[in-house]
Amino acid sequence: MHDGLSVMHGSTKGRAERYGVSMDHTFPPAASDRFPGGRLAFPHRDLTGIGHLERHEILYLLHEAQQWVELNRRSAKHAGLLSGLTIINAFFEASTRTLLSFEIAGKRLGADVVNMHAAQSSVKKGETLIDTAITLNAMRADAIVIRHGSSGATQLIADKVDCPVLNAGDGSHEHPTQALLDALALREALVRRGEDSEDFTGLTVTICGDILHSRVARSNILCLTAMGANVRVCSPPALMPAGVAAMGATPFLDFDEALAGTDVVMMLRLQTERMAGQFIPSAREYHHLYGLTSARLQQAAPDALVMHPGPMNRGVEIDSDVADMLDRSIVTQQVEMGVAIRMACLDVLTRTARGVEGWENEA
Amino acid sequence: MRQMRPVVITGGRIVTTGGVIDGTVRLVHGLIDAAGPDVEVQDGDEAIDARGKLVAPGLVDFGVFAIDKPAFHFGGITRAALMPDQSLPLDHPSRVNFIAKSGKPDLWVHPLAAATRGLAGSELAEVALMRDAGARGVASGRRWIGDSGVMLSLLQYAAMLDLVVVAHAEDAALAGEAAATAGEIATRLGIPSAPAEAETLALARDIALAEMNGARIHFRQVTTAAGFELVRQAKSRGIAITCGITPAHFMLSDLETADFRTFARLSPPLRSEADRQAARAAIADGTVDVIASGHDPRGAEDKRLPFADAAPGMAGAETLLAMTLGLVRDEVIDTSRAFELLAAKPAELLGVEAGRIEPGYEADIAIIDPDAPWIIDRSRMKATADNTPFDRQGTQGRVTHLIKGGIAIAR
Repeated sequence: MHDGLSVMHGSTKGRAERYGVSMDHTFPPAASDRFPGGRLAFPHRDLTGIGHLERHEILYLLHEAQQWVELNRRSAKHAGLLSGLTIINAFFEASTRTLLSFEIAGKRLGADVVNMHAAQSSVKKGETLIDTAITLNAMRADAIVIRHGSSGATQLIADKVDCPVLNAGDGSHEHPTQALLDALALREALVRRGEDSEDFTGLTVTICGDILHSRVARSNILCLTAMGANVRVCSPPALMPAGVAAMGATPFLDFDEALAGTDVVMMLRLQTERMAGQFIPSAREYHHLYGLTSARLQQAAPDALVMHPGPMNRGVEIDSDVADMLDRSIVTQQVEMGVAIRMACLDVLTRTARGVEGWENEA
Repeated sequence: MRQMRPVVITGGRIVTTGGVIDGTVRLVHGLIDAAGPDVEVQDGDEAIDARGKLVAPGLVDFGVFAIDKPAFHFGGITRAALMPDQSLPLDHPSRVNFIAKSGKPDLWVHPLAAATRGLAGSELAEVALMRDAGARGVASGRRWIGDSGVMLSLLQYAAMLDLVVVAHAEDAALAGEAAATAGEIATRLGIPSAPAEAETLALARDIALAEMNGARIHFRQVTTAAGFELVRQAKSRGIAITCGITPAHFMLSDLETADFRTFARLSPPLRSEADRQAARAAIADGTVDVIASGHDPRGAEDKRLPFADAAPGMAGAETLLAMTLGLVRDEVIDTSRAFELLAAKPAELLGVEAGRIEPGYEADIAIIDPDAPWIIDRSRMKATADNTPFDRQGTQGRVTHLIKGGIAIAR
């Protein structure tokens, strides 16, 4: 796999040697040919959403992540890039996989990672979000990763702290690292099939599930369309947000129509509390209309790929045999790419603080 | 405190319901004695020079959530109808009585009685006792009364007592916990939203119920194109219906909420640009009767929160006049209609002899420099909180003198 290290800016040159990553691939082409140098490649302090990013900035993060995919597959997975830095994972909403993924990402880069769970924090004692942010800031974190149940909460905190803030999911707004890892997993799968393309031009992706409440859907619509894909969204009417077409996605109510000829099917988790009758009559009925079965998958393009951000409700939105199809399902690759993407984001966003050449703050 | 000496305001342009005329206004014993070009200044009168200024009735702000005297006086407001949504709801005669006296002498507060106990929407409050304690109307508060049976009883009862019913037009079940109007912006931000039809549904039901018994109903805020159409139709059928709006809904659209700006979190939420245009058309064609501030000062603890968690509302008293004069500059309405919306009509709804410059009316006068430019700056506001969605906006029109009951108010 591609390394992406030999072409870095000054002070990170030689990182490949330091970490022993191989450098013998040619795809994708060298970063210096495709991305602006230094901070111009990613001129944002925070990663609050895909909506703030340009296409080339998305591609740059994917490019940066590829080196960590390689590292993560080795038995010695440590890189000391972020040693001495403190990363706080402030999770105001329950999470297992995203928290774990960020923790592993930080630790593999050598950072000191601290997890703050809302359940054991002063949030329970009535402290406001702003005060919590100020407290975290006073502890001199070098990066703060935030998950919160309210849309816009990450931005609110980002406005109050001095270090980079990464959005690990805010309400129904955005979950940018999920969309980036989905893009990376998808691109890897396409490359494995011999489709060496940097972006998704001409590809049709169908996202099916609770679009209304899903931050994963929003970030993916923005990310996939920025990368050239045709995005279809499919859900029961009560779970389809108004004006989704204005975001660049084509809405479908009929799952079979949405599946016809699609190259990728991305199934979203249906929250149990939404199945209780307010939005849809029952889980059984949801599966009847919107469950991805192997028979339904036949209507998609031959060899269509299946994705799911997890955790899956097997037998509700996706059948086990589809979820476990070795040649079609890339669900486990998505999880794998998650660590690499988060390493890349942590690396890129802390470059200014680490004084990496070319990444200094503008005067 | 009573007005001891007659006051004459000379040289100004007097805003009357018939139009703007040059002349003098004479105030005696707290009332307007005479107004017009032929009014003579008499010996011993105290004179105020209003050359180049508008001499207008003091604003009657229909439906505020807090008594905020400095902000009201800055904005030329001499009377305000207070919503029953207080920390203790105005659902008891003694609270109404207390509020009715609270602002005097330089600000008159007209309490609107809570329609239901605790504003819960289920049991009628003691409306007649509260009327006799000083309530000038009865209001459902920030919320719609979901139970149609309760609403019908309320309208019948208020009709008998000749009190206006002030309603909030948002279907509660459809609106739910929504913090925005369904549409592209709410979808992009991932904010809980409700379709604009939540307003239409509520209006249609309340109009039908009011039509049954001839009650006077006033919708404090109508904000959508379809809503204005319903009001227009009801008026053409001769129903005693009136409606109001706040400047936010004719100045701003939901675009303002992008970036999760909580100062633009309002109830009802900001609507689409098409609805905003419909609001301006409805103000122009007479469908809208009242422009009010909806003054609802909110501090950081209510506003520095994620968008959907923040409390709705804006501090609007200081900007009400300037924003409405903006409609005059944009030729949506003329000056005398502006003050009909800001003073005459709301006073009429409350049943008080104020809001007009006519002999016998209360001597509540705002002398206004309609062209004076200023920049709305939330760090320099008079209100108890700085939550204006118009921060840093340049505007025109300032009050230079304010008179309540013939007595100048130091500002």
